[in-house]
Amino acid sequence: MSDTLLKVRDLKIGATIYPPGERPRDIEIVHGVSFDLAPGKVLGLIGESGAGKSTIGLASMAYGRGGVKITGGEVWVNGRDILKGSHKDIRKLRGAEVTYVSQSAAASFNPAKKIMDQVVEAAVEQKKFSRKEAEARARVLFAKLGLPDPDNIGERYPHQVSGGQLQRCMTALALCPEPDLVVFDEPTTALDVTTQIDVLMAIKEAIRDTGVAALYITHDLAVVAQVSDDIMVLRMGNTVEYGNVDQIINNPQEEYTKALVSVRSIEHEEKPPTEEPVLSVRNITARYKGTQFDVLHNVNVDLYPGQTLAVVGESGSGKSTLARVITGLLPPREGEIEFAGRKLSPDLKGRTREDLRELQMIYQMADVAMNPRQTVGTIIGRPLEFYFGMRGAEKKKRIIELLDEIELGEKFIDRYPAELSGGQKQRVCIARSLAAKPKMIICDEVTSALDPLVADGILKLLLDLQKIEDVAYLFITHDLATVRAISDNIAVMYQGKVQRYGGKSKVLSPPFDDYTDLLLSSVPEMKLGWLEEVIAHRKMESAGN
Amino acid sequence: MSPIVKLLAQRIALSLLLLLLISVVIFAGTIVLPGDVAQSILGQSATPEALANLRAELGVNDPPVQRYFAWLFGAMQGDLGTALTSGQDIAQALSSRFWNTLFLAFWAAVVAVPLAIFLGLLAVRFKDRWPDKLISAVTLASISIPEFLIGYVLMYFIAVKLRWFPSVAMVNDNMGLFEKLNAIALPIAVLTLVVLAHMMRMTRAAILNVMQSAYIETAELKGLNAFQVIYRHAFPNAIAPIVNVVMLNLAYLVVGVVVIEVVFVYPGMGQYLVDHVSKRDVPVVQACGLIFAAVYIGLNMIADIVAILSNPRLRHPK
Repeated sequence: MSDTLLKVRDLKIGATIYPPGERPRDIEIVHGVSFDLAPGKVLGLIGESGAGKSTIGLASMAYGRGGVKITGGEVWVNGRDILKGSHKDIRKLRGAEVTYVSQSAAASFNPAKKIMDQVVEAAVEQKKFSRKEAEARARVLFAKLGLPDPDNIGERYPHQVSGGQLQRCMTALALCPEPDLVVFDEPTTALDVTTQIDVLMAIKEAIRDTGVAALYITHDLAVVAQVSDDIMVLRMGNTVEYGNVDQIINNPQEEYTKALVSVRSIEHEEKPPTEEPVLSVRNITARYKGTQFDVLHNVNVDLYPGQTLAVVGESGSGKSTLARVITGLLPPREGEIEFAGRKLSPDLKGRTREDLRELQMIYQMADVAMNPRQTVGTIIGRPLEFYFGMRGAEKKKRIIELLDEIELGEKFIDRYPAELSGGQKQRVCIARSLAAKPKMIICDEVTSALDPLVADGILKLLLDLQKIEDVAYLFITHDLATVRAISDNIAVMYQGKVQRYGGKSKVLSPPFDDYTDLLLSSVPEMKLGWLEEVIAHRKMESAGN
Repeated sequence: MSPIVKLLAQRIALSLLLLLLISVVIFAGTIVLPGDVAQSILGQSATPEALANLRAELGVNDPPVQRYFAWLFGAMQGDLGTALTSGQDIAQALSSRFWNTLFLAFWAAVVAVPLAIFLGLLAVRFKDRWPDKLISAVTLASISIPEFLIGYVLMYFIAVKLRWFPSVAMVNDNMGLFEKLNAIALPIAVLTLVVLAHMMRMTRAAILNVMQSAYIETAELKGLNAFQVIYRHAFPNAIAPIVNVVMLNLAYLVVGVVVIEVVFVYPGMGQYLVDHVSKRDVPVVQACGLIFAAVYIGLNMIADIVAILSNPRLRHPK
């Protein structure tokens, strides 16, 4: 018994769903999954959204989120089937033997309580340690996880530390009661890449040093490859492939695993700049109303017709602010914008209908960018009416053409947004912006909310449409893999300034400036031991300096 | 200046401004009311000369703006004028009644607020099960029945049939605290029934809203029991909306008890106000209006201040 800590057998999980206008019904979301986890080992659960990976992770604490219920199977922890336990037994397990690290530490910490109170709560409540012992232990963990000022950081409130720091505090919270198993549920997904790598290393070292076992849940195979011993690939509640990390990454057997391993393999040849840019951003400096500091400093970029300029940076770098300035939502303090050979009014109110038509935008959250009470046909038809005065059969013909272009087809014309998947919604948004026949589209993190394979599809579609419609993209993203896939020119932004700018091959080849180097080297690679290599490399460099 | 001090100063200044505006509205409102105070003092048989003399004496003929400022500066110094009908000093006559009203409101609040919050927590703990439904049904029923009817029903059964408490809530300064409480037991019961539902339902809604948060899941996954989760993690984040509804109801207890005071013949401000409205005694009506407005604005201001203070982001800036 001692060689398995967690044993899951034929686990089945169901949920009650409430489709609009229909009776609630029960569905099964996990269809009989089995695995074993030995003490001190790490099992990566990987899959796209809806694969059931978080649900399985929470089931190991006998917990169902919302209306989720465990309907069958066995979950053995330390030799006990916890699904047969009483409420009291389960409460004794949670926070003592098994603990949980969630995706968003910012939301998972109680904003009204000090960090220390929350970190030690489970350990004290479960009588694992006295309050004093637990606090001492927490401080050791804070230090181990690389948090600044580990002796006092616990006295702060969650909003007083950064997102990356809070994620480490959450890890400390999970490790404080000395559990046997920690469930990590996408612990680095909400972080910037340069922050992710540090947190990832901190988690990995903490797992190694404390000898705790872990379930590591993520959608990013490159990340899970760095921390796991075994990997289970899940899809729609079924196990696709289950094996050790080396076999899954280097020798995947199933088609789906192969697709995941080779995701983001889009090849896109860089186009040389043409004579006249369609968009020229000149010396833009901008700040938000009522604030005292500039969020953009003297930004200069050009976008050429039919090409893609990727604006890449981490949160707070000013990339979305740049989009707001270009669209006229935030008039700049200094500088001007030339578009299609004419000067654009800095303010949205001063722009002509032609300006609006030729400059379209697609957003990150497709579902909130559409009116849920309008059909796909109405949504795509609106710009056709507004800009071109199309009516009746003519309009319908054009809508169907557009639906064909985004590979959905005529049958989608009467559907509502709620009936579409995430990728399909984003396609409809693309069709809506194309309907205006724009010269340029601003794409603001359009694939960030999508699963990798779906995102790949959207990127391929955008490239195809660029060839057909000869439209230019200003592509805002934090994801360097996306940048590689789609761009002709790249602007790397950092703290409101363009750090590096030029053709893709130039920007992505050495010699790098410090920030670009840090950014590029932080993107997880699908290769074992990558994390250690990067960290060792960085340590050597800082020792050399 | 730290942002929290600035916010609090703004909020308090706003309350004072609001009170000033209300004083204008109260004064203007009582001026345009129909009726002639001289006529109602002297009666139908008064001669035109007598009426004109009395009006001049009362200052009714002065320009309204001049009268407003005279009244306002008087009120700021605690001089609310004299009652036209009886010639009494209003501030003096009101003070004992005002304390009586506060006394009743205070004890009603002492019963109702903890009870409402406890029932709200209980309803959350047993959400959608029978205790929740029972609490909701009973409190909703009690808020739906007019308060005077509840008053008379309680009076009939508890005072007349069972003879537990007196039906008339007469209090005077010579009574001890327990005598007084015994006298006002029935009005307290009625007021509690009236304000309970609103507070309990808002408490329930505010906490349920917080219960959707990810940090509640974190707390559950720490192995805490349901009451610990609600009390330690949900309640501190639901304080602002709860205090808000509690203050609204406290204001109602002070301002809205007119009906109850009349039903139970309680010597509070409400009854005093009703008496003098019927006599067209404008200075008394103005004074009562101003005091009610001050109580209302003051309690709501406290609610907002608590909401500001309960926000950790404001209390502990980065």
